[in-house]
Amino acid sequence: MNYRAVRAIYLFEMARTWRTLLQSIVSPVVSTSLYFVVFGAAIGSRISQVEGVSYGTFIVPGLIMLSVLTQSIANASFGIYFPKFVGTIYEILSAPISYFEIVLGYVGAAATKSIILGLIILATAGLFVPLHIHHPVWMLVFLVLTAVTFSLFGFIIGIWADGFEKLQMIPMLVVTPLTFLGGSFYSVDMLPPAWRTVALLNPVVYLISGFRWSFYEIADVSLSVSVGMTLAFLVICLVVISWIFRTGYRLKN
Amino acid sequence: MAFLSQGSAVPPLPGRVPAPFPNPPAIMSSIISVANLSKTYGSGFKALKNVNLDIKRGEIFALLGPNGAGKTTLISIICGIANPSEGKVLVGGENIQTSYRKARSLIGLVPQELHTDAFESVWATVSFSRGLFGKPKNPAHIEKVLKDLSLWDKKDNKIITLSGGMKRRVMIAKALSHEPQILFLDEPTAGVDVELRKGMWEVVRTLQQSGVTIILTTHYIEEAEEMADRIGVINKGEIVLVEDKATLMQKLGKKRLTLHLQGKLSTLPESLSPYKLDLCDSGATLIYDYDTKGERTGITSLLGDLRTAGIRFNDLDTTQSSLEDIFVDLVRAS
Repeated sequence: MNYRAVRAIYLFEMARTWRTLLQSIVSPVVSTSLYFVVFGAAIGSRISQVEGVSYGTFIVPGLIMLSVLTQSIANASFGIYFPKFVGTIYEILSAPISYFEIVLGYVGAAATKSIILGLIILATAGLFVPLHIHHPVWMLVFLVLTAVTFSLFGFIIGIWADGFEKLQMIPMLVVTPLTFLGGSFYSVDMLPPAWRTVALLNPVVYLISGFRWSFYEIADVSLSVSVGMTLAFLVICLVVISWIFRTGYRLKN
Repeated sequence: MAFLSQGSAVPPLPGRVPAPFPNPPAIMSSIISVANLSKTYGSGFKALKNVNLDIKRGEIFALLGPNGAGKTTLISIICGIANPSEGKVLVGGENIQTSYRKARSLIGLVPQELHTDAFESVWATVSFSRGLFGKPKNPAHIEKVLKDLSLWDKKDNKIITLSGGMKRRVMIAKALSHEPQILFLDEPTAGVDVELRKGMWEVVRTLQQSGVTIILTTHYIEEAEEMADRIGVINKGEIVLVEDKATLMQKLGKKRLTLHLQGKLSTLPESLSPYKLDLCDSGATLIYDYDTKGERTGITSLLGDLRTAGIRFNDLDTTQSSLEDIFVDLVRAS
Protein backbone atom coordinates (compact mmCIF):
# COMPACT_ATOMS: atom_id res chain seq x y z
CA MET A 1 0.00 0.00 0.00
CA ASN A 2 1.44 3.36 -1.08
CA TYR A 3 0.12 5.39 1.86
CA ARG A 4 2.24 8.39 0.98
CA ALA A 5 0.68 8.59 -2.47
CA VAL A 6 -2.83 8.36 -1.03
CA ARG A 7 -1.92 11.09 1.46
CA ALA A 8 -0.41 13.24 -1.31
CA ILE A 9 -3.57 13.03 -3.44
CA TYR A 10 -5.82 13.54 -0.43
CA LEU A 11 -3.95 16.62 0.81
CA PHE A 12 -3.68 18.02 -2.71
CA GLU A 13 -7.44 17.79 -3.13
CA MET A 14 -8.13 19.20 0.32
CA ALA A 15 -5.76 22.08 -0.40
CA ARG A 16 -7.92 22.92 -3.42
CA THR A 17 -10.90 23.21 -1.09
CA TRP A 18 -9.17 25.76 1.11
CA ARG A 19 -7.99 27.67 -1.96
CA THR A 20 -11.56 27.84 -3.23
CA LEU A 21 -13.23 28.28 0.13
CA LEU A 22 -15.98 30.56 -1.18
CA GLN A 23 -16.98 28.12 -3.89
CA SER A 24 -16.49 24.95 -1.84
CA ILE A 25 -17.98 25.78 1.53
CA VAL A 26 -19.43 29.26 1.77
CA SER A 27 -21.57 29.07 -1.36
CA PRO A 28 -23.46 25.85 -0.42
CA VAL A 29 -23.95 27.13 3.13
CA VAL A 30 -25.41 30.42 1.88
CA SER A 31 -27.74 28.70 -0.58
CA THR A 32 -28.92 26.22 2.08
CA SER A 33 -29.55 29.08 4.49
CA LEU A 34 -31.74 30.67 1.84
CA TYR A 35 -33.74 27.43 1.62
CA PHE A 36 -34.34 27.66 5.37
CA VAL A 37 -35.44 31.27 5.08
CA VAL A 38 -37.78 30.64 2.14
CA PHE A 39 -39.14 27.15 2.88
CA GLY A 40 -38.66 27.03 6.61
CA ALA A 41 -39.56 30.51 7.79
CA ALA A 42 -41.62 32.11 5.00
CA ILE A 43 -43.60 29.22 3.48
CA GLY A 44 -43.07 26.76 6.34
CA SER A 45 -44.74 29.07 8.85
CA ARG A 46 -48.01 28.56 6.95
CA ILE A 47 -47.68 24.77 6.77
CA SER A 48 -48.90 22.68 9.66
CA GLN A 49 -46.65 20.05 11.17
CA VAL A 50 -45.45 17.12 9.04
CA GLU A 51 -45.36 13.75 10.79
CA GLY A 52 -45.35 15.52 14.13
CA VAL A 53 -42.49 18.00 13.52
CA SER A 54 -42.56 21.55 12.24
CA TYR A 55 -42.02 21.94 8.52
CA GLY A 56 -38.79 23.91 9.00
CA THR A 57 -37.38 21.13 11.16
CA PHE A 58 -38.71 18.42 8.84
CA ILE A 59 -36.74 19.66 5.81
CA VAL A 60 -33.35 19.82 7.60
CA PRO A 61 -32.21 16.24 6.75
CA GLY A 62 -33.39 16.62 3.15
CA LEU A 63 -31.53 19.89 2.72
CA ILE A 64 -28.34 18.41 4.17
CA MET A 65 -28.69 15.44 1.83
CA LEU A 66 -29.31 17.75 -1.12
CA SER A 67 -26.00 19.50 -0.47
CA VAL A 68 -24.05 16.36 0.39
CA LEU A 69 -25.23 14.58 -2.77
CA THR A 70 -24.53 17.42 -5.14
CA GLN A 71 -21.24 18.44 -3.53
CA SER A 72 -19.95 14.86 -3.35
CA ILE A 73 -20.55 14.47 -7.06
CA ALA A 74 -19.17 17.91 -7.89
CA ASN A 75 -16.03 17.50 -5.77
CA ALA A 76 -15.13 14.01 -6.95
CA SER A 77 -16.00 14.55 -10.61
CA PHE A 78 -14.03 17.79 -10.81
CA GLY A 79 -11.15 16.29 -8.80
CA ILE A 80 -10.44 13.60 -11.40
CA TYR A 81 -11.71 15.47 -14.46
CA PHE A 82 -9.42 18.48 -13.99
CA PRO A 83 -6.16 16.49 -14.17
CA LYS A 84 -7.54 14.84 -17.31
CA PHE A 85 -8.43 18.24 -18.75
CA VAL A 86 -5.07 19.92 -18.05
CA GLY A 87 -3.04 16.77 -18.70
CA THR A 88 -1.53 16.31 -15.23
CA ILE A 89 -3.21 12.90 -15.06
CA TYR A 90 0.00 11.57 -16.64
CA GLU A 91 1.67 11.86 -13.28
CA ILE A 92 -0.99 9.83 -11.47
CA LEU A 93 -0.96 7.13 -14.14
CA SER A 94 2.84 6.85 -14.22
CA ALA A 95 3.26 6.73 -10.43
CA PRO A 96 3.57 3.45 -8.51
CA ILE A 97 -0.01 3.63 -7.26
CA SER A 98 -2.76 1.04 -7.44
CA TYR A 99 -6.21 1.90 -8.72
CA PHE A 100 -7.58 1.42 -5.24
CA GLU A 101 -5.13 3.98 -3.85
CA ILE A 102 -6.04 6.51 -6.55
CA VAL A 103 -9.74 6.13 -5.73
CA LEU A 104 -9.01 6.28 -2.01
CA GLY A 105 -7.19 9.60 -2.41
CA TYR A 106 -9.70 11.33 -4.65
CA VAL A 107 -12.91 9.88 -3.23
CA GLY A 108 -11.65 10.20 0.33
CA ALA A 109 -11.01 13.91 -0.14
CA ALA A 110 -14.31 14.51 -1.93
CA ALA A 111 -16.26 12.65 0.77
CA THR A 112 -14.41 14.49 3.54
CA LYS A 113 -15.35 17.84 2.03
CA SER A 114 -18.99 16.80 1.72
CA ILE A 115 -19.14 15.53 5.28
CA ILE A 116 -17.61 18.77 6.59
CA LEU A 117 -20.13 20.68 4.50
CA GLY A 118 -23.01 18.54 5.77
CA LEU A 119 -22.00 19.18 9.37
CA ILE A 120 -21.65 22.92 8.73
CA ILE A 121 -25.15 22.99 7.22
CA LEU A 122 -26.45 21.04 10.20
CA ALA A 123 -24.93 23.63 12.51
CA THR A 124 -26.37 26.41 10.35
CA ALA A 125 -29.83 24.77 10.51
CA GLY A 126 -29.59 24.84 14.29
CA LEU A 127 -29.57 28.62 14.06
CA PHE A 128 -32.94 28.64 12.24
CA VAL A 129 -34.93 25.74 13.73
CA PRO A 130 -34.87 23.65 16.92
CA LEU A 131 -33.05 20.37 16.27
CA HIS A 132 -32.86 17.09 18.11
CA ILE A 133 -31.04 14.10 16.66
CA HIS A 134 -32.46 10.82 18.00
CA HIS A 135 -29.78 8.56 16.53
CA PRO A 136 -26.55 10.56 16.07
CA VAL A 137 -24.48 7.48 15.22
CA TRP A 138 -26.91 6.42 12.49
CA MET A 139 -26.98 10.03 11.29
CA LEU A 140 -23.19 9.92 10.87
CA VAL A 141 -23.37 6.48 9.24
CA PHE A 142 -25.84 7.75 6.64
CA LEU A 143 -23.86 10.95 6.13
CA VAL A 144 -20.59 9.08 5.56
CA LEU A 145 -22.18 6.33 3.43
CA THR A 146 -23.93 8.86 1.23
CA ALA A 147 -20.86 11.07 0.89
CA VAL A 148 -18.65 8.10 -0.06
CA THR A 149 -21.20 6.54 -2.42
CA PHE A 150 -21.92 9.74 -4.31
CA SER A 151 -18.24 10.69 -4.38
CA LEU A 152 -17.66 7.34 -6.11
CA PHE A 153 -20.48 8.19 -8.49
CA GLY A 154 -18.90 11.61 -9.09
CA PHE A 155 -15.54 9.94 -9.75
CA ILE A 156 -17.20 7.84 -12.46
CA ILE A 157 -18.76 10.95 -14.01
CA GLY A 158 -15.36 12.68 -13.94
CA ILE A 159 -13.74 9.78 -15.79
CA TRP A 160 -16.61 9.51 -18.27
CA ALA A 161 -16.86 13.23 -19.04
CA ASP A 162 -14.82 14.49 -21.98
CA GLY A 163 -16.00 18.06 -21.65
CA PHE A 164 -17.36 20.47 -19.06
CA GLU A 165 -20.87 20.07 -20.45
CA LYS A 166 -20.90 16.36 -19.69
CA LEU A 167 -19.40 17.06 -16.30
CA GLN A 168 -22.43 19.19 -15.44
CA MET A 169 -25.04 17.16 -17.31
CA ILE A 170 -25.62 14.27 -14.87
CA PRO A 171 -25.59 16.38 -11.69
CA MET A 172 -27.93 19.00 -13.17
CA LEU A 173 -30.27 16.88 -15.24
CA VAL A 174 -30.43 13.73 -13.13
CA VAL A 175 -29.18 14.12 -9.58
CA THR A 176 -30.73 17.47 -8.65
CA PRO A 177 -34.23 16.53 -9.93
CA LEU A 178 -34.01 13.15 -8.20
CA THR A 179 -33.03 14.86 -4.96
CA PHE A 180 -35.87 17.38 -5.14
CA LEU A 181 -38.30 14.59 -5.97
CA GLY A 182 -36.75 12.28 -3.39
CA GLY A 183 -38.57 13.75 -0.41
CA SER A 184 -36.21 16.60 0.54
CA PHE A 185 -39.17 18.92 1.14
CA TYR A 186 -41.98 16.46 1.79
CA SER A 187 -42.80 12.98 3.01
CA VAL A 188 -43.37 10.44 0.27
CA ASP A 189 -46.49 9.42 2.20
CA MET A 190 -47.96 12.80 1.30
CA LEU A 191 -48.07 11.75 -2.37
CA PRO A 192 -51.08 10.02 -3.98
CA PRO A 193 -50.62 6.19 -4.00
CA ALA A 194 -49.67 6.00 -7.69
CA TRP A 195 -47.04 8.70 -7.40
CA ARG A 196 -45.77 7.12 -4.19
CA THR A 197 -45.02 3.94 -6.14
CA VAL A 198 -43.19 5.99 -8.78
CA ALA A 199 -41.26 7.85 -6.07
CA LEU A 200 -40.01 4.58 -4.62
CA LEU A 201 -38.12 4.01 -7.88
CA ASN A 202 -35.99 7.02 -6.97
CA PRO A 203 -32.91 5.83 -5.04
CA VAL A 204 -32.55 9.19 -3.31
CA VAL A 205 -35.82 8.53 -1.45
CA TYR A 206 -34.09 5.78 0.53
CA LEU A 207 -31.14 7.97 1.46
CA ILE A 208 -33.27 10.85 2.67
CA SER A 209 -35.69 8.54 4.42
CA GLY A 210 -32.93 6.81 6.36
CA PHE A 211 -31.21 10.08 7.17
CA ARG A 212 -34.48 11.65 8.36
CA TRP A 213 -35.19 8.60 10.49
CA SER A 214 -31.88 9.14 12.32
CA PHE A 215 -33.10 12.65 13.21
CA TYR A 216 -36.81 12.22 14.04
CA GLU A 217 -37.53 8.47 13.77
CA ILE A 218 -39.78 9.33 10.84
CA ALA A 219 -39.22 7.23 7.71
CA ASP A 220 -40.91 6.61 4.37
CA VAL A 221 -39.30 3.17 4.15
CA SER A 222 -37.75 0.90 6.75
CA LEU A 223 -34.22 1.54 7.99
CA SER A 224 -32.90 -1.77 6.65
CA VAL A 225 -34.23 -0.97 3.16
CA SER A 226 -32.57 2.46 3.30
CA VAL A 227 -29.23 1.01 4.34
CA GLY A 228 -29.54 -1.84 1.83
CA MET A 229 -30.29 0.49 -1.09
CA THR A 230 -27.41 2.81 -0.17
CA LEU A 231 -25.00 -0.12 0.06
CA ALA A 232 -26.31 -1.52 -3.23
CA PHE A 233 -25.56 1.78 -4.99
CA LEU A 234 -22.13 1.83 -3.34
CA VAL A 235 -21.36 -1.65 -4.68
CA ILE A 236 -22.56 -0.72 -8.17
CA CYS A 237 -20.23 2.30 -8.18
CA LEU A 238 -17.29 0.17 -7.02
CA VAL A 239 -17.94 -2.39 -9.75
CA VAL A 240 -18.05 0.33 -12.42
CA ILE A 241 -14.82 1.93 -11.14
CA SER A 242 -13.14 -1.44 -11.07
CA TRP A 243 -14.13 -1.95 -14.71
CA ILE A 244 -12.87 1.54 -15.63
CA PHE A 245 -9.41 0.85 -14.26
CA ARG A 246 -9.27 -2.69 -15.60
CA THR A 247 -9.98 -1.53 -19.12
CA GLY A 248 -8.32 1.89 -18.93
CA TYR A 249 -11.59 3.44 -20.13
CA ARG A 250 -11.07 7.15 -20.91
CA LEU A 251 -7.78 7.02 -19.02
CA LYS A 252 -5.24 4.85 -20.75
CA ASN A 253 -6.39 4.57 -24.36
CA MET B 1 24.64 18.74 -8.68
CA ALA B 2 24.47 16.97 -5.38
CA PHE B 3 20.98 15.63 -5.93
CA LEU B 4 22.21 13.58 -8.80
CA SER B 5 24.66 11.61 -6.76
CA GLN B 6 22.19 9.08 -5.48
CA GLY B 7 21.56 7.80 -8.98
CA SER B 8 25.08 6.48 -9.27
CA ALA B 9 24.53 3.58 -6.95
CA VAL B 10 21.80 1.16 -7.89
CA PRO B 11 20.20 -0.23 -4.75
CA PRO B 12 19.10 -3.86 -4.84
CA LEU B 13 15.38 -4.15 -5.38
CA PRO B 14 13.36 -5.53 -2.48
CA GLY B 15 13.24 -9.29 -2.45
CA ARG B 16 16.41 -9.67 -4.42
CA VAL B 17 19.64 -11.10 -3.15
CA PRO B 18 22.35 -8.42 -3.32
CA ALA B 19 25.04 -9.14 -5.86
CA PRO B 20 28.31 -10.44 -4.43
CA PHE B 21 30.42 -7.86 -6.21
CA PRO B 22 29.89 -4.13 -6.65
CA ASN B 23 29.51 -4.04 -10.42
CA PRO B 24 27.81 -7.24 -11.46
CA PRO B 25 27.22 -7.93 -15.15
CA ALA B 26 23.49 -7.25 -14.68
CA ILE B 27 24.25 -3.60 -13.98
CA MET B 28 25.95 -3.30 -17.33
CA SER B 29 22.97 -4.86 -19.11
CA SER B 30 19.72 -3.33 -20.26
CA ILE B 31 17.79 -1.20 -17.82
CA ILE B 32 14.81 -1.19 -20.17
CA SER B 33 13.93 -4.10 -22.39
CA VAL B 34 11.07 -3.83 -24.87
CA ALA B 35 10.04 -7.04 -26.60
CA ASN B 36 7.55 -7.45 -29.45
CA LEU B 37 5.61 -4.39 -28.34
CA SER B 38 2.57 -3.39 -30.38
CA LYS B 39 -0.11 -0.81 -29.82
CA THR B 40 -3.31 -0.53 -31.79
CA TYR B 41 -5.69 2.26 -30.81
CA GLY B 42 -9.45 1.87 -30.73
CA SER B 43 -9.66 3.62 -34.09
CA GLY B 44 -7.60 0.80 -35.59
CA PHE B 45 -4.49 2.95 -35.96
CA LYS B 46 -1.34 0.91 -35.32
CA ALA B 47 0.96 3.23 -33.42
CA LEU B 48 3.60 0.60 -32.67
CA LYS B 49 4.38 -2.53 -34.65
CA ASN B 50 6.37 -5.26 -32.98
CA VAL B 51 8.94 -2.95 -31.41
CA ASN B 52 12.07 -4.47 -29.88
CA LEU B 53 14.45 -2.18 -28.04
CA ASP B 54 17.00 -2.33 -25.24
CA ILE B 55 18.21 0.71 -23.35
CA LYS B 56 21.58 0.32 -21.62
CA ARG B 57 22.01 1.40 -18.05
CA GLY B 58 23.63 4.82 -17.76
CA GLU B 59 23.41 5.86 -21.40
CA ILE B 60 21.73 8.78 -23.12
CA PHE B 61 19.51 7.29 -25.76
CA ALA B 62 17.94 9.57 -28.33
CA LEU B 63 14.80 8.37 -30.03
CA LEU B 64 14.28 10.17 -33.29
CA GLY B 65 11.33 10.07 -35.58
CA PRO B 66 8.93 12.29 -37.49
CA ASN B 67 5.61 13.40 -36.03
CA GLY B 68 3.29 10.47 -35.43
CA ALA B 69 6.12 7.94 -35.64
CA GLY B 70 5.21 6.37 -32.27
CA LYS B 71 7.80 7.98 -29.98
CA THR B 72 5.35 9.27 -27.39
CA THR B 73 3.24 6.10 -27.54
CA LEU B 74 6.31 4.02 -26.80
CA ILE B 75 7.24 6.21 -23.83
CA SER B 76 3.65 6.27 -22.59
CA ILE B 77 3.50 2.47 -22.52
CA ILE B 78 6.82 2.11 -20.72
CA CYS B 79 5.74 4.67 -18.11
CA GLY B 80 2.27 3.17 -17.56
CA ILE B 81 0.19 5.90 -19.19
CA ALA B 82 -1.05 3.69 -22.03
CA ASN B 83 -1.79 0.00 -22.18
CA PRO B 84 0.10 -2.10 -24.72
CA SER B 85 -1.85 -4.26 -27.15
CA GLU B 86 0.87 -6.92 -27.26
CA GLY B 87 4.38 -7.46 -26.05
CA LYS B 88 6.38 -7.14 -22.88
CA VAL B 89 8.38 -4.34 -21.24
CA LEU B 90 10.87 -4.83 -18.42
CA VAL B 91 12.19 -1.87 -16.45
CA GLY B 92 15.08 -2.70 -14.14
CA GLY B 93 14.13 -6.34 -14.71
CA GLU B 94 10.57 -5.75 -13.51
CA ASN B 95 7.54 -6.27 -15.72
CA ILE B 96 5.69 -2.96 -16.12
CA GLN B 97 2.32 -4.67 -15.79
CA THR B 98 2.75 -7.40 -13.20
CA SER B 99 5.35 -5.55 -11.11
CA TYR B 100 4.32 -1.99 -11.89
CA ARG B 101 5.18 -0.51 -8.51
CA LYS B 102 8.85 -1.48 -8.69
CA ALA B 103 9.09 -0.66 -12.39
CA ARG B 104 7.48 2.78 -12.18
CA SER B 105 9.38 3.82 -9.07
CA LEU B 106 12.56 3.74 -11.17
CA ILE B 107 11.20 6.15 -13.77
CA GLY B 108 10.86 9.90 -13.96
CA LEU B 109 8.88 11.29 -16.88
CA VAL B 110 8.92 14.74 -18.43
CA PRO B 111 6.14 14.72 -21.01
CA GLN B 112 6.12 16.72 -24.18
CA GLU B 113 3.28 19.06 -23.24
CA LEU B 114 3.54 21.49 -20.35
CA HIS B 115 1.03 19.83 -18.05
CA THR B 116 1.12 21.70 -14.76
CA ASP B 117 -1.14 22.54 -11.85
CA ALA B 118 -1.40 26.22 -12.66
CA PHE B 119 -2.50 27.37 -9.20
CA GLU B 120 -0.01 25.35 -7.17
CA SER B 121 3.32 26.72 -5.99
CA VAL B 122 6.52 25.26 -7.41
CA TRP B 123 7.47 23.80 -4.03
CA ALA B 124 4.03 22.23 -3.50
CA THR B 125 3.84 20.61 -6.91
CA VAL B 126 7.35 19.13 -6.73
CA SER B 127 6.70 17.83 -3.20
CA PHE B 128 3.41 16.35 -4.41
CA SER B 129 5.26 14.40 -7.10
CA ARG B 130 7.64 12.95 -4.51
CA GLY B 131 4.69 11.87 -2.37
CA LEU B 132 3.00 10.19 -5.35
CA PHE B 133 6.03 7.96 -5.73
CA GLY B 134 5.78 6.92 -2.10
CA LYS B 135 8.95 8.65 -0.98
CA PRO B 136 9.19 10.20 2.49
CA LYS B 137 9.46 13.97 2.72
CA ASN B 138 12.94 15.27 1.98
CA PRO B 139 12.99 19.07 1.85
CA ALA B 140 16.77 19.07 1.39
CA HIS B 141 16.47 17.01 -1.79
CA ILE B 142 13.68 19.17 -3.19
CA GLU B 143 15.73 22.26 -2.39
CA LYS B 144 18.74 20.88 -4.26
CA VAL B 145 16.64 19.92 -7.27
CA LEU B 146 15.13 23.40 -7.43
CA LYS B 147 18.49 25.09 -6.97
CA ASP B 148 20.12 22.97 -9.64
CA LEU B 149 17.36 23.86 -12.05
CA SER B 150 17.56 27.58 -11.12
CA LEU B 151 14.06 27.50 -9.66
CA TRP B 152 14.87 28.12 -6.01
CA ASP B 153 13.90 31.80 -6.05
CA LYS B 154 10.57 30.81 -7.65
CA LYS B 155 9.71 28.09 -5.14
CA ASP B 156 6.76 30.01 -3.68
CA ASN B 157 5.47 31.31 -7.00
CA LYS B 158 2.34 29.87 -8.52
CA ILE B 159 3.15 27.96 -11.68
CA ILE B 160 0.76 30.07 -13.72
CA THR B 161 3.10 33.05 -13.20
CA LEU B 162 6.16 31.29 -14.66
CA SER B 163 7.51 31.51 -18.18
CA GLY B 164 7.37 28.55 -20.55
CA GLY B 165 11.02 27.72 -19.96
CA MET B 166 10.56 27.77 -16.21
CA LYS B 167 7.48 25.56 -16.45
CA ARG B 168 9.57 23.09 -18.45
CA ARG B 169 12.14 23.09 -15.65
CA VAL B 170 9.39 22.61 -13.06
CA MET B 171 8.36 19.49 -14.94
CA ILE B 172 11.93 18.22 -14.86
CA ALA B 173 12.07 18.99 -11.12
CA LYS B 174 8.86 16.99 -10.60
CA ALA B 175 10.33 14.06 -12.53
CA LEU B 176 13.52 14.19 -10.44
CA SER B 177 11.72 14.65 -7.11
CA HIS B 178 11.68 10.92 -6.33
CA GLU B 179 15.31 10.29 -7.35
CA PRO B 180 14.63 8.13 -10.42
CA GLN B 181 17.22 5.93 -12.09
CA ILE B 182 15.68 6.47 -15.50
CA LEU B 183 14.57 9.80 -16.90
CA PHE B 184 12.34 10.12 -19.95
CA LEU B 185 12.51 13.48 -21.65
CA ASP B 186 9.88 13.76 -24.35
CA GLU B 187 10.88 16.72 -26.50
CA PRO B 188 12.54 18.49 -23.56
CA THR B 189 13.59 21.58 -25.43
CA ALA B 190 10.58 22.07 -27.69
CA GLY B 191 9.79 25.76 -27.82
CA VAL B 192 12.61 26.93 -25.57
CA ASP B 193 15.25 29.44 -26.56
CA VAL B 194 18.81 28.53 -27.48
CA GLU B 195 20.32 29.56 -24.15
CA LEU B 196 17.84 27.54 -22.12
CA ARG B 197 18.25 24.59 -24.46
CA LYS B 198 21.97 24.54 -23.85
CA GLY B 199 21.31 24.84 -20.13
CA MET B 200 19.07 21.78 -20.33
CA TRP B 201 21.77 19.86 -22.16
CA GLU B 202 24.09 20.67 -19.30
CA VAL B 203 21.53 19.37 -16.79
CA VAL B 204 21.10 16.17 -18.78
CA ARG B 205 24.85 15.59 -19.00
CA THR B 206 25.24 16.06 -15.27
CA LEU B 207 22.39 13.65 -14.64
CA GLN B 208 24.07 11.06 -16.80
CA GLN B 209 27.34 11.50 -14.94
CA SER B 210 25.48 10.67 -11.75
CA GLY B 211 24.32 7.38 -13.24
CA VAL B 212 20.83 8.26 -14.43
CA THR B 213 19.81 6.63 -17.70
CA ILE B 214 18.25 9.16 -20.03
CA ILE B 215 15.92 8.55 -22.92
CA LEU B 216 15.05 11.60 -24.91
CA THR B 217 12.96 12.18 -27.94
CA THR B 218 13.65 15.23 -29.98
CA HIS B 219 12.98 16.95 -33.23
CA TYR B 220 16.28 18.79 -32.93
CA ILE B 221 18.76 16.49 -34.58
CA GLU B 222 21.47 18.79 -33.31
CA GLU B 223 20.36 17.89 -29.80
CA ALA B 224 20.75 14.16 -30.38
CA GLU B 225 24.04 14.71 -32.16
CA GLU B 226 25.29 16.78 -29.24
CA MET B 227 24.18 14.55 -26.40
CA ALA B 228 23.27 10.99 -27.27
CA ASP B 229 25.42 7.91 -26.84
CA ARG B 230 23.08 5.88 -28.99
CA ILE B 231 20.45 6.79 -31.52
CA GLY B 232 17.22 4.98 -32.30
CA VAL B 233 15.11 5.91 -35.28
CA ILE B 234 11.44 5.09 -35.29
CA ASN B 235 9.11 5.59 -38.22
CA LYS B 236 5.51 4.52 -38.74
CA GLY B 237 5.59 2.56 -35.48
CA GLU B 238 8.67 0.53 -36.35
CA ILE B 239 12.22 0.81 -35.10
CA VAL B 240 14.22 1.48 -38.22
CA LEU B 241 17.65 1.53 -36.65
CA VAL B 242 19.47 1.52 -33.32
CA GLU B 243 23.13 2.36 -33.36
CA ASP B 244 25.92 4.03 -31.43
CA LYS B 245 25.97 7.62 -32.54
CA ALA B 246 29.64 7.53 -33.52
CA THR B 247 29.19 4.28 -35.45
CA LEU B 248 26.10 5.63 -37.13
CA MET B 249 27.89 8.74 -38.21
CA GLN B 250 30.77 6.68 -39.46
CA LYS B 251 28.63 4.05 -41.13
CA LEU B 252 26.14 6.25 -42.83
CA GLY B 253 27.97 9.55 -42.89
CA LYS B 254 29.12 11.04 -46.14
CA LYS B 255 31.68 13.72 -46.70
CA ARG B 256 31.57 16.49 -49.21
CA LEU B 257 34.54 18.09 -50.92
CA THR B 258 33.90 21.58 -52.23
CA LEU B 259 36.31 23.12 -54.71
CA HIS B 260 36.17 26.87 -55.39
CA LEU B 261 37.38 27.27 -58.97
CA GLN B 262 39.65 30.01 -60.30
CA GLY B 263 37.49 30.44 -63.37
CA LYS B 264 33.87 29.58 -64.10
CA LEU B 265 33.05 26.47 -66.12
CA SER B 266 30.04 26.05 -68.37
CA THR B 267 30.39 22.25 -68.69
CA LEU B 268 32.56 19.54 -67.21
CA PRO B 269 35.02 17.57 -69.33
CA GLU B 270 33.99 14.01 -70.16
CA SER B 271 37.04 12.68 -68.26
CA LEU B 272 35.46 13.81 -64.96
CA SER B 273 32.08 12.14 -65.45
CA PRO B 274 32.93 9.05 -63.28
CA TYR B 275 33.16 11.35 -60.24
CA LYS B 276 29.52 12.53 -60.57
CA LEU B 277 30.49 16.08 -59.79
CA ASP B 278 28.00 18.90 -59.29
CA LEU B 279 28.76 22.24 -60.87
CA CYS B 280 27.28 24.98 -58.71
CA ASP B 281 27.32 28.76 -58.26
CA SER B 282 27.07 29.40 -62.00
CA GLY B 283 30.07 27.20 -62.63
CA ALA B 284 32.29 28.61 -59.89
CA THR B 285 32.10 25.66 -57.49
CA LEU B 286 32.59 21.94 -57.90
CA ILE B 287 31.08 19.53 -55.36
CA TYR B 288 32.22 15.95 -54.87
CA ASP B 289 30.41 13.62 -52.43
CA TYR B 290 32.33 10.61 -51.20
CA ASP B 291 31.76 7.75 -48.84
CA THR B 292 33.86 7.60 -45.67
CA LYS B 293 33.32 3.83 -45.48
CA GLY B 294 35.20 3.14 -48.67
CA GLU B 295 38.88 2.30 -48.67
CA ARG B 296 39.42 4.81 -51.43
CA THR B 297 37.74 8.14 -51.36
CA GLY B 298 38.73 9.01 -54.94
CA ILE B 299 40.05 12.41 -53.91
CA THR B 300 43.62 11.85 -55.06
CA SER B 301 42.61 10.70 -58.52
CA LEU B 302 40.02 13.48 -58.78
CA LEU B 303 42.63 16.13 -58.05
CA GLY B 304 44.97 14.52 -60.59
CA ASP B 305 42.27 14.43 -63.28
CA LEU B 306 41.38 18.06 -62.56
CA ARG B 307 44.99 19.06 -63.09
CA THR B 308 45.13 17.05 -66.31
CA ALA B 309 41.95 18.76 -67.50
CA GLY B 310 43.49 22.15 -66.69
CA ILE B 311 40.95 23.03 -64.03
CA ARG B 312 42.46 25.06 -61.23
CA PHE B 313 40.95 26.06 -57.89
CA ASN B 314 41.57 28.71 -55.27
CA ASP B 315 40.37 26.89 -52.21
CA LEU B 316 38.77 23.68 -50.99
CA ASP B 317 36.93 22.49 -47.95
CA THR B 318 35.33 19.28 -46.69
CA THR B 319 32.20 18.83 -44.58
CA GLN B 320 30.76 15.80 -42.76
CA SER B 321 27.09 15.01 -43.33
CA SER B 322 25.06 15.72 -40.20
CA LEU B 323 22.88 13.38 -38.24
CA GLU B 324 19.98 15.28 -39.72
CA ASP B 325 20.99 14.22 -43.22
CA ILE B 326 21.31 10.62 -42.00
CA PHE B 327 17.93 10.80 -40.29
CA VAL B 328 16.19 12.17 -43.37
CA ASP B 329 17.76 9.46 -45.54
CA LEU B 330 16.69 6.73 -43.11
CA VAL B 331 13.13 7.94 -42.82
CA ARG B 332 12.81 8.26 -46.58
CA ALA B 333 14.24 4.80 -47.07
CA SER B 334 11.85 3.26 -44.54
